[in-house]
Amino acid sequence: MRVQKCKGTRDLSPADMTKFRWVEAVFRDHSLKWGYEEVRTPTLEYLHLFTATGTLTPSMLGRVYSFLDWDGWSGERVVLRPDVTIPIARLYIDGMSDRELARLFYVANTFIFEETGKKNRERWQCGAELIGAGSATADVELIALATEALRGLGIKKVDLKLSHAGLIKVLLKSFGLSAEEQTRIFDQILDGDEAALARLKPAEPELAGVLPALLKRREKAADYLKEVRAKFNRHLVELGPSLDEVIDIVELLESQGYSYILDITSGTGFEYYTGVIFQFFAGGEKIGGGGRYDDLVSLLGGGDIPASGFALYIDRLMGRVAMGTLAGSGAKRVSVKASPGVMKAAFTVAGLLREAGYVAEIDLGRPAPERRGWTLSVRDKAPRFILTGPVKQQKFEADTADEVIALLGKKG
Amino acid sequence: MMIKIALPKGRLLGETSALFERANWELSGYQEKIRFYRFECGRFPGLSAKVFHEKDIPIQVAVGNYDLGICGLDWAEELLVKYPASDLVKVKDLGYGARALYMAGSRRGGVATIEEVKEKPDTVRIVSEYPNLATAFAAGIRLKRFCVFPLWGAAEVYPPESADLVLVPGDKGVVSLDGLMVMDKILDSTAVLIANKTSWETKDMKEVLASIYGSLVDGQGQPGPVAVVVTETGEQYCPPQVDGDIVRLALADGHQQEPTRQLLEKAGITVNDYPSSSQNRRPVVGLDGVAIKVIRPQDMPSQVANGNFDLAITGRDWLKNHLYQFPQSPVEELLDLKYGAVRIVAVVSNDLAIDDAEGLRHLSAGRTEPIRVASEYVNIADKYARDNHLGHYRVVPTWGATEAFLPEDADLLIENTETGQTIARHNLKIIDTLFRSTACLIGGKDTAFSAVKNRRLGSIVETLRRAVEVS
Repeated sequence: MRVQKCKGTRDLSPADMTKFRWVEAVFRDHSLKWGYEEVRTPTLEYLHLFTATGTLTPSMLGRVYSFLDWDGWSGERVVLRPDVTIPIARLYIDGMSDRELARLFYVANTFIFEETGKKNRERWQCGAELIGAGSATADVELIALATEALRGLGIKKVDLKLSHAGLIKVLLKSFGLSAEEQTRIFDQILDGDEAALARLKPAEPELAGVLPALLKRREKAADYLKEVRAKFNRHLVELGPSLDEVIDIVELLESQGYSYILDITSGTGFEYYTGVIFQFFAGGEKIGGGGRYDDLVSLLGGGDIPASGFALYIDRLMGRVAMGTLAGSGAKRVSVKASPGVMKAAFTVAGLLREAGYVAEIDLGRPAPERRGWTLSVRDKAPRFILTGPVKQQKFEADTADEVIALLGKKG
Repeated sequence: MMIKIALPKGRLLGETSALFERANWELSGYQEKIRFYRFECGRFPGLSAKVFHEKDIPIQVAVGNYDLGICGLDWAEELLVKYPASDLVKVKDLGYGARALYMAGSRRGGVATIEEVKEKPDTVRIVSEYPNLATAFAAGIRLKRFCVFPLWGAAEVYPPESADLVLVPGDKGVVSLDGLMVMDKILDSTAVLIANKTSWETKDMKEVLASIYGSLVDGQGQPGPVAVVVTETGEQYCPPQVDGDIVRLALADGHQQEPTRQLLEKAGITVNDYPSSSQNRRPVVGLDGVAIKVIRPQDMPSQVANGNFDLAITGRDWLKNHLYQFPQSPVEELLDLKYGAVRIVAVVSNDLAIDDAEGLRHLSAGRTEPIRVASEYVNIADKYARDNHLGHYRVVPTWGATEAFLPEDADLLIENTETGQTIARHNLKIIDTLFRSTACLIGGKDTAFSAVKNRRLGSIVETLRRAVEVS
């Protein structure tokens, strides 16, 4: 009987892992340079961490892997984490709340129950959380860090889409809907229904006139938004603060040469978002997203602390990273061949080669995957080493490991 | 063309049987007090029917064991709310068996509305036979912290002491639930015809469907609106005083009531109205400082473990089933009550040339499909399969009528039996005995009580011990 892997999961082959680690390494490198510190939270969390109002939408909660713990007679359920931001907010409250500012990053997997098994149930992401700042500058810092990391991965053409949770909420309120309806439609938008806002008819005639224009996608929106603000200040005062935030952010982005699309209807994200929502796309595929979540820390019992963060989807990035740009692929590969009698010498020379920065593999008598590299034969008589080059099978002789390393340095 | 249909036993049996009688299906034997679970259909020779507990039917149809099924809409929704991509099509509202699912609390629970429940600072405890619908409801109204306890039954007796909210079915029009207060209606339910999605798309079932539709009674198929009228029935019960020294004792409903009453009587403990002809689940006991609730024996171990009850009289089978899932659970057997003896056995079809667990291992090794183990005792079944290295296996949870699963819908049953006669009648054989089970008194482990309560607990255990010894 052939045992198959669980549906909705994937194996990462050596080639996949090379890409995975590359994504991780580039992301870590950029995050560290921006002053972020790495954290890791547990895979298991209590369910109730995620059920609080304003954390996950009911539709997302319905797809959480949750089960009774070993002491589940108490009814306590645990989950495989469906999200990383909420656990990090918990971690911040648990052990770091003395810090006024925390710049944190992570590489972690999340789990979501996906019935058909056609989509991944385990998803990897790398992300950053900036807790304590709460300003347009902080939001733009995160967008810049994400964009830089993506550029570092060789993904040059990234589309940035912006929306604003606060703006969406004020608009929903202006339609004269019940609080329940407002939450339901907000959740639809968060779950990715981009037509949800456009379907509504505003109660306020003034708003009805401007709404289609406001919901239209635009680039370089700063000037337009200022006009809108002037207009709405008379009629819909509540729109002001959210509009100001968006204006500050897009102005800062524009001043730094970032291009973006403002699309209020595209609010895909988490219910904990309170301010700007940003999403990254490459070739039409969403590769990451984030936003401001000013209420989350206090909802979880911490102080009134603003925060924002983003995550990049490693599984999707892996398909877009060009192999040629991978770190480590530059290291030269040497296959060390030896008969059983000289195996000790083979291990010694392989060790020296590794110290000198080469990848040295002991030949185990089975064909290795197709790789271009040098072959080093270790012999029990002179010449002790014969080095065969990857190109045209040139042969070089050497008597010491130092000579081998010198030869590789010269000929490679 | 072969068509398989899954039919309900229990509350929908009468009207479903009448429907097929009108449709001239000639399902002889599909009537009250059924002895067999399999029926051929006189009118459609290619059609075969099997009887299940209503709750099992949507699952059996969704996994493709049956093309069609009849069950309450509530059970179909209980499946679909958690697994919306199930291969299940709701084909036709059959109109009868109307009831509704209500989210209710206790009149004495101190909260009257959902909004008030949401304001509760501590964990909201919800009990239900419909755990998926209850969970979806709790997530939907954004309860901040909640626990859903799946139950086998008797949910209505839990609030307010043992639960804050209860999701229960009530008869259409009148919710006659003692002391309960309806806070929200979740769903109107009637009997529905359901189909497996693939069968629905690929099989020609026109004639069969036409005969069902043509036999619906006028007015069926369009249930009217359900009015919620809350009435109280039964004796007014006085909630136990908020007194930490009260001993909370759970007694079983079902067929163990009579021997339990006899034992209590022998011990000199009088319980008024148990067994109850009016479904009274709060009988009054002639012991100071003791409050009784009548619940399902299956639910007792977890209810003792979570502290809702101090003592309970259940079967060792259910205690073990609980402890296999939660080995650290703080519940233990205090006293073997010696009555209600059954064997927990492994059962296969007579047609299988298997006589022991070794044979099961060979069966498992020799085929690519998993061994399907059907049982009401999910954790006992799981442990048995694990301990016997059955390789690739699946435990199919059932809610009764488990014999019906063999041989088509399961390979192995883990069942209880008193005499083995029911098993033999269904052309099945016992290949292994797991353990013997009798009624037992269970209680919490290492729980710190006041001296008063400890004295009360000790005295009940001692009184029962003496009664067992003299019997």
